[in-house]
Amino acid sequence: MTTTPPAVRRASPRTRRAAAPPDPARALLPSPQPVRLLDESGARIAVAGYPEPPTDSLRELYRRMVIGRRFDLQSTALTKQGRLAVYPSARGQEACQVGAVMAVRDTDWVFPTYRESMALVSRGLDPVEVLTLLRGDWHCGYDPAARRTAPQCTPLATQTVHAAGLAYGEAQQGRDTVALAFIGDGATSEGDFHEGVNFAAVFRAPVVFFVQNNRYAISVPLSRQTAAPSLAYKGVGYGVASEQVDGNDPVAVLAVLTRAVAHARAGNGPFLVEAHTYRMEPHTNADDASRYRDGAEVEAWGGRDPIDRLETHLRGLGVLDDAAVAAIRDEAEAFAADLRTRMNAEPTVDPLSLFDHVYAAPTPQLVEQREQVRAELAAAAENKEVAG
Amino acid sequence: MGTVTMAKALNAALRDAMADDDRVVVFGEDVGQLGGVFRITDGLLAAYGERRCFDTPLAEAGIVGFAVGMAMSGLRPVVEMQFDAFAYPAFEQIASHVAKLRNRTRGALSVPIVIRVPYAGGIGGVEHHCDSSEGYYAHTPGLKVVTPATVPDAYSLLREAIADPDPVVFMEPKKLYFASADATLPVTTEPFGRAVVRRPGRDATLVAYGPSVPVALEAAEAARGEGWDLEVVDLRTIVPFDDETVTASVRRTGRCVVIQEAQGFAGVGAEIAARVQERCFHSLHAPVLRVSGLDIPYPAPKLEHVHLPDVDRVLDAVARLQWDDQPDPRWLAA
Repeated sequence: MTTTPPAVRRASPRTRRAAAPPDPARALLPSPQPVRLLDESGARIAVAGYPEPPTDSLRELYRRMVIGRRFDLQSTALTKQGRLAVYPSARGQEACQVGAVMAVRDTDWVFPTYRESMALVSRGLDPVEVLTLLRGDWHCGYDPAARRTAPQCTPLATQTVHAAGLAYGEAQQGRDTVALAFIGDGATSEGDFHEGVNFAAVFRAPVVFFVQNNRYAISVPLSRQTAAPSLAYKGVGYGVASEQVDGNDPVAVLAVLTRAVAHARAGNGPFLVEAHTYRMEPHTNADDASRYRDGAEVEAWGGRDPIDRLETHLRGLGVLDDAAVAAIRDEAEAFAADLRTRMNAEPTVDPLSLFDHVYAAPTPQLVEQREQVRAELAAAAENKEVAG
Repeated sequence: MGTVTMAKALNAALRDAMADDDRVVVFGEDVGQLGGVFRITDGLLAAYGERRCFDTPLAEAGIVGFAVGMAMSGLRPVVEMQFDAFAYPAFEQIASHVAKLRNRTRGALSVPIVIRVPYAGGIGGVEHHCDSSEGYYAHTPGLKVVTPATVPDAYSLLREAIADPDPVVFMEPKKLYFASADATLPVTTEPFGRAVVRRPGRDATLVAYGPSVPVALEAAEAARGEGWDLEVVDLRTIVPFDDETVTASVRRTGRCVVIQEAQGFAGVGAEIAARVQERCFHSLHAPVLRVSGLDIPYPAPKLEHVHLPDVDRVLDAVARLQWDDQPDPRWLAA
């Protein structure tokens, strides 16, 4: 007995030849492994699509990273001396902090979190003004409008939506501003992160969302934030192009961020980058990291130091020598000494300024309360004089 | 002069503000093609295009946060929260950013946005559609909290809110949307921070705002039959609060009842009662009383009439204002 197989099971040559329709998600997906242009020893790796940034930019990146780390160490020391109320260190994340701000223009907007003090100093903001928040004088020490830098954001992920709105508003008014929104790994679990990415995508707002995955949200490891293979995969669900990068590779961070910023500025909508990095210090000086991670892990990450890697690369290119390194270190020391001096001055904040910026013009109730505080202060001053 | 509903007056205010200032943009859920579930944004998309009036993803924190960013870029966003209780996801953006940005930056940044919130009950809405949420906003320094009770105020206060340099939570009493009045638009009424005596009277002051103003006026009318001549003060703006007008009225009448639809405990009415007794103690012939919603989650439609302050409850309160100089028997129990 012979049987004829059903014809439908047989793919005709014509069907087999027809190309599968392009997968729109594929173009949005990040590289399967983090982009890396320098290995852990600082040796160059060629990666298609990511040309090496200009050598002058890499030298400048190196310089700012050295100064940035010195700033960070100084800030931690100032905290121990009681000059700062608290300091969230970014030591170990220099490639991310500096590389990201070097990828944007002064006319672009930056939306930092509390951990971006180093990034802001690298952007050229006055370090004393940056540390005003952490010194406890006021909530923001710099002029965000003039510096096109939002106040450092402590509520998690809320700034991502502001970045989307600002970028959209700028585009609507015919300006080619890009908004760079910093965010940490833990904050990608917040609803506002998803709303910010989604709004930016729907309105094709020129935003670069830059996730520094430093592996811990205070003590909670990444595995408790997400089951995704990479935080960069969170872009595809919103129609956002994404990439992941070795966050301790300064050359790769600058190259990937440069591409992301160009993508956004060209009108292609937002871009999401995850940088794999590590916070070498505790969450803040008030944290005890030994309760949730072991020394071997910290030591291993110390071996991927971003400054050492870039230094090796630049020396290999023949554009950095001992004299240049020493000059940059001297500059960093001078920067820290100046910061120490200025932070040792005790500023006075006028208590009556508490009433100045609640509204554009104070309510009658605030006028009353201001007068009451003024009288209290006057009485206290008088008592002090009498006692003295 | 013609008959205008509050909904039409609000729509006209948006339309005129957009015509006068091209920085004004209107967005939210269903505000475009549909014109809003209450039709407050009706026709704005057709008149001004997608750049000026647009629908957003369904995410209230996103809407308010997006407005913050757009305001930072120099625009003047007016956003709609579809219903009172659906604005809660935006609360962090409102309390931590909208309200504080001016203060945090010592005036370098401001957030001149208007957050329109259709609020309160009396419309037979199912749960989460009838909350009186004004207390949350009034308790947050940096916000102005405005609530019109009349058609001319709806127009004028919304225009003023859009022009204001500070963020305004604009609370629209849903049950008054389709109440109409003879009015000519455009109209300019008293500015923010000024309460208005809607009905002069000698014997007691009823302080009300938003949806409770018509209740107060009706109660004052009914009280005439009982021999009481009641004054009705419409706050119009909860923040800034007009101590002067309220205080002057109570000093004149010597008695005060505060009426609010919201649950009473720790509410706006409690603040008003405290302020009145602080400022009018020697003029008062009786304790300041409050008539408010009950301290319960907003009830299902068939029971909302039990919850809402009505004329009888207001008159009961007025009756307890110690007209015979006798203590309130409710407080005498052992």
